[in-house]
Amino acid sequence: MEAVGVPRTRWMQSMQAAVGKFGGLLVRSCETSGGVFLLLADTIRSLFRYRIRWDQLLEQMYFIGIRSQVVVLTTGAFTGAVFAAQVWFQFKRFGMESAIGPTVSIAMCRELGPVLACLLLAGRVGAAMAAELSSMKITEQVDALRALGVYPTEYLIVPRFLALVISAPVLTALALVTGIGVGYFVAVQIFGVDGAYYWDNTIKYTDRKDVMIALIKSTIFAIIIAAISCYKGMNCPPGTAGVGKTTTEAVVNASLALLISNFFLTVLLNALLYSN
Amino acid sequence: MLELKNIRKKLGGQEVLRGVNLKVAAGEKVVVIGRSGCGKSVMLRHVMGLLQPDGGEVFFEGKKLTGLGEEAWNPYRRKIGMLFQGAALFDSLSVFENLAFPLREEGEKDEKVLRDKVAESLKIVSLAGTEQKMPAELSGGMKKRVALARAVIRRPDLMLYDEPTTGLDPVVGDSINRLILHLGKMFGMASIVVTHDMVSARMVGDRIAYLHDGKIYFEGSPEQIDRCEDPLVRDFVRGHASGMDVIG
Repeated sequence: MEAVGVPRTRWMQSMQAAVGKFGGLLVRSCETSGGVFLLLADTIRSLFRYRIRWDQLLEQMYFIGIRSQVVVLTTGAFTGAVFAAQVWFQFKRFGMESAIGPTVSIAMCRELGPVLACLLLAGRVGAAMAAELSSMKITEQVDALRALGVYPTEYLIVPRFLALVISAPVLTALALVTGIGVGYFVAVQIFGVDGAYYWDNTIKYTDRKDVMIALIKSTIFAIIIAAISCYKGMNCPPGTAGVGKTTTEAVVNASLALLISNFFLTVLLNALLYSN
Repeated sequence: MLELKNIRKKLGGQEVLRGVNLKVAAGEKVVVIGRSGCGKSVMLRHVMGLLQPDGGEVFFEGKKLTGLGEEAWNPYRRKIGMLFQGAALFDSLSVFENLAFPLREEGEKDEKVLRDKVAESLKIVSLAGTEQKMPAELSGGMKKRVALARAVIRRPDLMLYDEPTTGLDPVVGDSINRLILHLGKMFGMASIVVTHDMVSARMVGDRIAYLHDGKIYFEGSPEQIDRCEDPLVRDFVRGHASGMDVIG
């Protein structure tokens, strides 16, 4: 009896431990998601309740909008270049070179432009937001703000949130223009595709709805990045190790949330914009 | 002016405060002493509303503050100043901007008024002419003095000091103690000083409260605490390790 009972007990213990771990993970995920949504709601409420701090907003827009241009433009340019080359390799076998332009353009607008530009922003801006806010948290600067009668969401989060939501669609638009432009250069100048056909087809088959998808997606991605990064920064565990952990978590969580939400946004926006 | 009634607080599953009762009269300087980790700073954070108690009440100028939302605390926080243990200066702002910050938040826009008030506050803490320095360029003692100047620039009715002399050499520590006394005298503000530095406690306190096991264990004048024969209080006051605290 004992020989049968012992392994069964061990099996049950390991099952219990696994269920416990999974349950803990689920609870923490729900806690984090709830916290992110509450912070987002508080940010939107503070946006309308308090005056906008223009100096802070412009400073953040400079950091997010201007200083991110090089990385976003480089990403856009090389994504357009690589995609144009890959499409040419495949399409030339079927004599469809004239379709390269619209393919690159639509792919850049609907997926590659907003997703890659915002992933770059999650890495650069999300990490900076989480690191800066968590440093302020552990050095009691957030408490000092509260002690001076200033609401931290209004002073710290609203300008960052607003700056990212304004800058991300603009940066995405720049990435699109660069990507499509460099795609044209690669296809026409390097692979010898007819430039007039390429450009004519690009304009003919790229709809304004495709550009709208890019801008809507990048705005929603910016909201996700700002909410997750600011939540992580404001809830940093004590100690310098906490800052590193918070920064990594902010980038990883924001990137994953962005990629997952991209699927649902793609389905939703296609249903809304192309239903007729 | 301030009353803490039966404040209880659990942090990380541990009951840090188990019913703290403390009264501070207008203009009075109360020092709260106690061993590291006994909950002195946690108690101070309840006064400023940075933490909400699990039980008990905080009264300030007769008004019950417990249960107020984060933003509803702000008018009261403007009447209370706080010096944080690590100074908590905004490191992206210069000394001038740090000191001007609370005034700007109150709506002061006149740059000349701001310059005059900042210069006056810096003169009080003997740091005149440091307006353009950044916090990273200051020593620990200078940071605390700038933070003190920022905390008192709005002339609060009550000042809270969290370990004001910790990490400072005895001479700088003495200058901070003198500054606390000087500010109290100059502006008639009440103060609560949290410390485990007995030199500082004797120097600045009208009354000393010993926090132990989450409660105020002993309360009295500096003379009374020096004469107290209770082993716990006596060991702390004399800096004498006994029982489990003796290593080796």
